Amino acid sequence: MNQPRLNTSPHVSDEVRKTTCYMCACRCGINVHLTSGRVSYIEGNRDHPINKGVLCAKGASGIMQVTAPSRLRTPLRRVGPRGSGAFEPISWDEALQTAVDWMRPLRETAPEKLAFFTGRDQSQSFTGWWAQAFGTPNYAAHGGFCSVNMAAAGIYTLGGAFWEFGAPDWERSKLFVLFGVAEDHDSNPIKIGIGKMKERGARVIGVNPIRTGYNAVADDWIGITPGTDGLLILSLIHCLLEAGKVDLEYLSRFTNAAYLINEAEGPEKGLFVRNAEAQPFVIDRRSGMPAPWEAKGVQPDLGAVWQGHRTVFQHMAERYLSPDYAPEAVAARCGVTALRIRQLAAELASVAFDQAIEIKQPWVDFRGDEHATMIGRPVSFHAMRGISAHSNGFQTGRALHLLQILLGAVETPGSWRMKPPYPKPMEAHPTPHFVAVPGKPLSGPHLGYVRGPEQLALLPDGSPARIDKAFSWENPFSAHGLMHMVIPNAVAGDPYRIDTLFLYMANMAWNSSMNTAQVMEMLTAQEADGSYTIPRIIYSDAYASEMVAYADLILPDTTYLERHDCISMLDRPVSEPDAAGDAIRWPVVEPDRDVRGFQSVLLDLGARLGLPGMVAEDGRAKFKDYADYIVTHQRRPGVGPLMGFRGNGDGEGRGAPNPDQMARYIENGGFYQAHVPEEAAFFKPWNRAYQDWAVQVGLFDTPQPYLFNIWSEPMRRFQLAAEGHGAVQPPDHLRARLKLAMDPLPVWYEPFGDAAEPFGFTVHALTQRPMDMYHSWGSQNAWLRQIRGHNPLFVPTKLWQQHGFSEGDWARVTSATGQITVPVVHMAALNENTVWTWNAIGKRKGAWALNEGATEAKQGFLLNHLISELLPAKGDGMRYSNSDPVTGQAAWFDLRVRIERADPPADGHSRPAFGAIRPVVPEGGKR
Amino acid sequence: MNPAPSVIIFTVLSGMGFGYLALLATVHDYTGLAAFWHWFVGYALASIGLAASAFHLGNPSRAWRAFTQWRSSWLSREAWAAGLALLALAPVALSDWLQLGLPRVFGWPGAVLAVATLAATGMIYAQIRAVPRWHHWTVPALFLAFGAAGGCLLAGLRLPSLLALLVLGGMMALHWRVGDGAFARAGSTLGTATGLGGLGQLSVFEPAHTAGSYLLHEMIFVVGRRHVPRLRALALILGVALPFLCLLLLPGRYGPYAAVPLHMMGAFAQRWLFFAQAEHVVGLYYGKR
Amino acid sequence: MTCLPGKTERALGLVIDLDTCVGCQACVTACKGWNDQGYGVPLSDQNPYGSTPSGTFLNRVHSYQVQPEAAAPMIVNFPRSCLHCTDAPCVTVCPTGASYKRVEDGIVLVNEEACIGCGLCAWACPYGAREMDAAAGVMKKCTLCVDRIYNENLPEEDREPACVRTCPTGARHFGDLADPGSAVSQLVAARGGYDLMPEQGTRPVNKYLPPRKKDRPDQASLLAPLLDIQATGLAGWLDRVLGKI
Repeated sequence: MNQPRLNTSPHVSDEVRKTTCYMCACRCGINVHLTSGRVSYIEGNRDHPINKGVLCAKGASGIMQVTAPSRLRTPLRRVGPRGSGAFEPISWDEALQTAVDWMRPLRETAPEKLAFFTGRDQSQSFTGWWAQAFGTPNYAAHGGFCSVNMAAAGIYTLGGAFWEFGAPDWERSKLFVLFGVAEDHDSNPIKIGIGKMKERGARVIGVNPIRTGYNAVADDWIGITPGTDGLLILSLIHCLLEAGKVDLEYLSRFTNAAYLINEAEGPEKGLFVRNAEAQPFVIDRRSGMPAPWEAKGVQPDLGAVWQGHRTVFQHMAERYLSPDYAPEAVAARCGVTALRIRQLAAELASVAFDQAIEIKQPWVDFRGDEHATMIGRPVSFHAMRGISAHSNGFQTGRALHLLQILLGAVETPGSWRMKPPYPKPMEAHPTPHFVAVPGKPLSGPHLGYVRGPEQLALLPDGSPARIDKAFSWENPFSAHGLMHMVIPNAVAGDPYRIDTLFLYMANMAWNSSMNTAQVMEMLTAQEADGSYTIPRIIYSDAYASEMVAYADLILPDTTYLERHDCISMLDRPVSEPDAAGDAIRWPVVEPDRDVRGFQSVLLDLGARLGLPGMVAEDGRAKFKDYADYIVTHQRRPGVGPLMGFRGNGDGEGRGAPNPDQMARYIENGGFYQAHVPEEAAFFKPWNRAYQDWAVQVGLFDTPQPYLFNIWSEPMRRFQLAAEGHGAVQPPDHLRARLKLAMDPLPVWYEPFGDAAEPFGFTVHALTQRPMDMYHSWGSQNAWLRQIRGHNPLFVPTKLWQQHGFSEGDWARVTSATGQITVPVVHMAALNENTVWTWNAIGKRKGAWALNEGATEAKQGFLLNHLISELLPAKGDGMRYSNSDPVTGQAAWFDLRVRIERADPPADGHSRPAFGAIRPVVPEGGKR
Repeated sequence: MNPAPSVIIFTVLSGMGFGYLALLATVHDYTGLAAFWHWFVGYALASIGLAASAFHLGNPSRAWRAFTQWRSSWLSREAWAAGLALLALAPVALSDWLQLGLPRVFGWPGAVLAVATLAATGMIYAQIRAVPRWHHWTVPALFLAFGAAGGCLLAGLRLPSLLALLVLGGMMALHWRVGDGAFARAGSTLGTATGLGGLGQLSVFEPAHTAGSYLLHEMIFVVGRRHVPRLRALALILGVALPFLCLLLLPGRYGPYAAVPLHMMGAFAQRWLFFAQAEHVVGLYYGKR
Repeated sequence: MTCLPGKTERALGLVIDLDTCVGCQACVTACKGWNDQGYGVPLSDQNPYGSTPSGTFLNRVHSYQVQPEAAAPMIVNFPRSCLHCTDAPCVTVCPTGASYKRVEDGIVLVNEEACIGCGLCAWACPYGAREMDAAAGVMKKCTLCVDRIYNENLPEEDREPACVRTCPTGARHFGDLADPGSAVSQLVAARGGYDLMPEQGTRPVNKYLPPRKKDRPDQASLLAPLLDIQATGLAGWLDRVLGKI
């Protein structure tokens, strides 16, 4: 045996640079290996709080993203008709001057004529600040068509939400219940967590019409009918209440269950009974008398009746104990047997109460009451867009949070915990600011949390102030805006016309829009005089996406390894329950093209426009670039985009700007963590130690303890308005809808999409995002597109047999909006009345530097063609947005279709087939 | 398995060639120019075949390395046998051509090596357990039968040819018959391939990748399977039946003259089927065979 | 060299947990990324942006559906790569000695310098573990990251295969399966780890852990109502509930 001599210690790379991934929204830490100045390998950063060394398929393929042929190379100006893809390269000076020439007159006369919407933006505190300085009310990111229901339901109920704002206690949880598709939010932490639970033999239950991914490894799978999660949850609540299996101590101390609800007819009905200081109060069980809710030693009485006013607890019990919520009553609607619902309720109760855990850690609550230990309810939940992207998604999110609260399973050991800067009461968030004044900045942030009708973004005539109609009567709590409505509204001139549409990283001409074909028509719609209905479109992206062809001016962005970024505590940080965390990106390689980081370009534009905060006293640009902004900008004195290494280098959260801050972050692996003290680790909203720590590190300026909102007073205020109370009144046609949707207790109503059922659209149609692709980016990635280069429609056994499908067949799928003809594949582990496909695999010919015959453009397809941004006309002729009536969340998953067998197209091309756009960059060759 | 032209040409031509060379070295005693041409045809077939096989290699320049592993590898043994056969036969060929009078017995070692080459070629396939259709003694037997039939036809030996064709026909039929049940007998299923067989009824959900791969191209060749019965008939008719009739019915040299090209076409058809019909167990993972 | 070593000092390999693999494909691209710049020639891609892309990957993740007789249908994700067989047929068929099984740790490797690209080893492998690189014409296969696991230029904690290091759910385990005391051997013993295609007689080193029994809701007794709410009304229920505080 003479084996070859093998060098088992070869040189690995010249240098490792640590930065933050951007292959999706998860923001993992990565080690970028460089060899001879080029990226040679990317792996996870073991020290990073998010991914702890692991990395997903996308992250590990980042090297193909940085070298993708679809990268834009230079600023471009449109020369052909919009949508044709005909551009000429121009210089940055020319590009910036053009943008300034377009924007300056708008700012001086009508700032709202600039609509600035950012897609997969990870710098929202910055882009929002810029838009605020410009003075337009029309700014938001993509949350409105992503998952605002989960965010808003969380904030309004718990003062925190899933994903970035909270996480299951993976180390201690004994039962994890996952509702709906969540493969992408957030990606690696959930995988790590599920792995940990599996290792410990803890149970995972998946509630999802589709059994792939996390649901495939779940110990139990409940293949629920789409859109009925809320009903299932309320039925679980029914079972728990019926058996008395709720955490009464928790409810009385930490939630508003003991608040009294005004039962007197009139404008106060359903609001909290308040004392002379206008504070809600509780009845102390010790005295039977009113007491301040935050008083030391108070024992709020859940069963109190005060002057005829009953507690929230009693209202809640009355509602959910109703036989309407019995498992037997909801089983058929949910597609889950009553027995299964009862089994799940029993399991939840058993784990929460019979298998409770206790941590020997004394703590003091906000009332000053001391607790010897921390009692944990080891049941955790997670949900994201699956239950969120329905027209009843907000209330479903509220229902899920109520379930958590009843089990005492929020912020207790083993349950679900919030990540700094959360918990944060809704009252600590701003309200929307929207008044546009020529030449002036907006008076405050655009997005916020309305408390009542007075905060709606309405013009004096009652019409919406924002182009997307956010914070209007149609969707009062639209905390993330409604990016999916911007183009349709602007083209319809409803509520008004705009001049310049400024978009960043949002593929609105393809997979990010409902009703893609029609949106393409809107983008090219012309007036009688031949001018475009949306006169100007500026777009910034790093890649030649489908949207590029529909812009007039292209500002090419860098790839994620060539840029500065900050993942900031001011918007969406990388905290974990045990530590506040933020992170940076920095140019680990220099761009080899004439491109600039979008945020630096925005600062340049701001300086040229003379926007406040972006111009120094001498009239020159205040910030050299985005990196300079990250380090020197202060949102409040001593508080800036990054929390670490402030002041002289040891300031945490607070401190003067430190010119070495960026270097210190780089040295520290690209991130910073401020660790939550042990006694502050749980019960955070009520834990004095946590509140004090949060003030110390600059999350708040004063402690902000609060109670969870089982009863939502802001919602009730809208119901009151709908009932005719108050000065600010909704239009009559929305009253009924508001009464239904703005219920102050979680409620379930049929998704609006179900209205299509009587017309023969009996089948539910869904999409999921594969774990190995992110939006449309994956298709340009030479490795990822080999894994998933086209997508079929998955059809459940019952429909497969009913329509006589066999392998290789195609189907025609029809909705009230459109029709597609696509290949089908049989899938058994699927709700019997649901079809689905992978999201955003289909591509437009000519985009992404792919060959026109690419499978993505041929067999690949979008379900978007079947989804309208407007619901079918009602009897009164009104057409409502296909969105949640509370938040405006795009109701992607309300979709109802009809399916039939179709002859395979002779050309093997799925339908609809669009013509090719002229490639903006040359087709990719070798890699 | 992918019926790559290089391996089909290689096995058909060198099979005939080595069969023929073995006969030239032992049975025949051509002399002079006649000997030159006969030996030339034999050498040419064997060498063109071997050269064609080099096109199947990713790195033909390193082909010499194939001689190193004769102790374990049938491909290495084939290389040795082929190389040695060509060498060992050279003196006999030269002697025949130049009429040096080397006794015929000197042809025997070369002839044995030529036959060994045929057997080794067969064993290259027969050793592969992962292709159940091949993993059987009928494969080397078939290759030997082809060598014998092709050699005899080229050599114009009427009676041996008729016998060899009969044997070949039988072997082809036997190989097909045995082969058709081989995959099932081997016992490999998606269940054993994944170990999930005990859980329930198992099927492929999604492919591991939508793009092409070496495996899909090389081992999961499913094109043209529906033509199998016709191709089998063609292989039998062209490779065996028609040559047999030619020999029986056509006078003198016309029999072999007509029979050889027909037989060759039949051999190509059979060889295409040999590969195209061979199902590799890896196809189980892809739900294809 | 193409003879197999009778016995290797260790038997390094992977244990893959099918109960935990969510099919995320992370191991696929981490493997591609490492081996594109690691042992031997890069893993080339053909037509990467074209209509018929293809490329060399050493690790692929399949997914299968299972319809049990009396339970909900399942999906099982299934990573597939070289199993570093004890009786590796790919090694013995190699005519050049390029394929070999290392004596010290049992890793099956291809010495690319000696590979003529005949493809016979790939034919011999029942598992499809070998892919010929179309650009270089040499056979590529999982090396168990032999250039990582002993690499003194890497931090000690990183001396494991790239696929194991990256796996987000921890479904991939690396270790010495010849040592009954090793963590991987214990895992195999505890969870009933098994061989793929045992009938092929290859005696794989890598083992697979089967999915645990699914869809058996907790047998805990169902919750009993506190009392007959319809009869007592909410007040009775409230008394009973709050009496417990």
